[in-house]
Amino acid sequence: MKNSHKTRSKTIPLLVTVSPVVIWLILLVAAPLLYVFFLSFLSTDGYNVVFRFSFDNYINLLNPTYMEIYANSFIIAFFTTVICVLLGYPFAYIMARAKGKKRTMMMIMLMVPFWTNSLIRLNGWKTILGKTGVINSILVDSGLLNQPLEILYTRGAVLLGMVYTLIPYMILPLFASIDKLDHSLLEASNDLGANRKKTFLKITLPLTFAGIFSGTIMIFIPSLGYFFVSDIMGGGKSQLIGNLIENQFKAANNWPFGASLSMLLIFLILLIVTVYKKSGGNMEDLGVM
Amino acid sequence: MKAEALENKTVMQNLSNQSMAKGITGILTKRKRFGKVLSQIYTGLIYLFLYLPIGVIVVFSFNTSKTNIVFEGFTTQWYGKLLQNEPLLEAYGNTLLVGAASTLIATIIGTLASYGMSKYKFKGKGIIDALLYIPVVIPEIILGISLLAIFNIANVPMGIFSLIIAHATFSIPFVVFTVNARFAGFDRSIEEAAMDLGAGRLKTFLTVTLPVILPGVISGAFLAFTLSVDDIIISFFTTGPGSNTFPLKVMELTKTGVTPDVYALTTIVLIVTIVVVVVSQRDRTKKA
Repeated sequence: MKNSHKTRSKTIPLLVTVSPVVIWLILLVAAPLLYVFFLSFLSTDGYNVVFRFSFDNYINLLNPTYMEIYANSFIIAFFTTVICVLLGYPFAYIMARAKGKKRTMMMIMLMVPFWTNSLIRLNGWKTILGKTGVINSILVDSGLLNQPLEILYTRGAVLLGMVYTLIPYMILPLFASIDKLDHSLLEASNDLGANRKKTFLKITLPLTFAGIFSGTIMIFIPSLGYFFVSDIMGGGKSQLIGNLIENQFKAANNWPFGASLSMLLIFLILLIVTVYKKSGGNMEDLGVM
Repeated sequence: MKAEALENKTVMQNLSNQSMAKGITGILTKRKRFGKVLSQIYTGLIYLFLYLPIGVIVVFSFNTSKTNIVFEGFTTQWYGKLLQNEPLLEAYGNTLLVGAASTLIATIIGTLASYGMSKYKFKGKGIIDALLYIPVVIPEIILGISLLAIFNIANVPMGIFSLIIAHATFSIPFVVFTVNARFAGFDRSIEEAAMDLGAGRLKTFLTVTLPVILPGVISGAFLAFTLSVDDIIISFFTTGPGSNTFPLKVMELTKTGVTPDVYALTTIVLIVTIVVVVVSQRDRTKKA
């Protein structure tokens, strides 16, 4: 009885504080996902959901026409992640090494663009990359090219849009992990004769791997679903799993198949998150920015 | 031949290593300066990448041509025309309304949850934690379609109301995590002390606990509002006919071409946010 005064009832305050979130999460997170799972075994009559149980939707997932979309989606997500790491790492490193006012300024300047809606900013890219856009006009007017380049509505444009939209989600966790780095370790490595490259590969990189991993999760997973980036930058030519799901719930009106596609995506994510947790990743790193 | 070439290479390397060791002190300072310039160029390029489309938006909001393709001449007419574009202003109003309402709900529920979960140990806490991570980890599209499906089966009217509920759902976890971070360094014994001295639970919360966690609550609310205002995908699935938000309106316009008055509105919002940031930053440095 160390804390004798803790005999105050905890039931009521516990109920008052925790039950709203519990009810909310059950009704609006757990129930909807369970319903989608259930939906994935039903069928459609072309207009409404029909309560006939089958595995047809899961068999339909293997349809060769969708393989191309999965592959494209995976390629875009993979290269988006890789490019974000390569571009984001040096930036995060410089920002973590900066001090005082410069550091705050760098952080604010990183965040300001993201207070403008991403759709608008992607439209800005459209103006830059289009056939009569800024880049092409410069190239053609200066005589460097006779014909404008096809930049927009390519897979490359989708990739650019993804990197552009998602890169802060890589820079922030990287910054956090580099910032935590104990600098005496780097000095020790230096003192013991390791050159910069060796110190980076043997000390800095392994110790900041957690940041790379949580950034990867925060980029790879959303990029599978960002159908609007592919709509705007790819002009519908470069379909992602996200576009396929969106189509089932809107134009094609085949909710059960859309549900099975969603289950496929959830399975993939569970796999990634399990690997993340097994390798010592902290879930909270994904939530707090 | 090959072996010879290799041998030559190692000899050359040894030589260069030796010469490097000799002049190392001079090189180091030069290298440092060089590194500094290089890192400045690099950050400059990244910022150029981030700000280029925003610059284009600001410039084209002053363009005489209606299509955002070529800059033809300077005008401020779009800022006036903006005031007559009622659907656009209404969409922006909806965005602010949904943002404010969902932030309020998420902040209250999230703060309460964080309070209870960090103070008490109880059965099923792990399940709540797991449920909280779901909206953070799953792609927005899945949260969007699952909410659409459940709203549909529960006959929830689709519109502003469903948007507010949906936005609060993805915001709650972020509020919980941000406030949790404040509770992590919070000494619970001062609450006990207040209660031992006769303060009620509510009074203790309002006068002792809340002031300590307030910065976390504010940044959680700020995050929730930012997420809501910026959301495209979940809104896309959970809205109804006639209740567009600003991002959805832009999405609709993207098919036919975004008009410069949208860019004008974006420019105004951008300036307002920059002013707010600069002022709040100045306040912070003054206090510090």
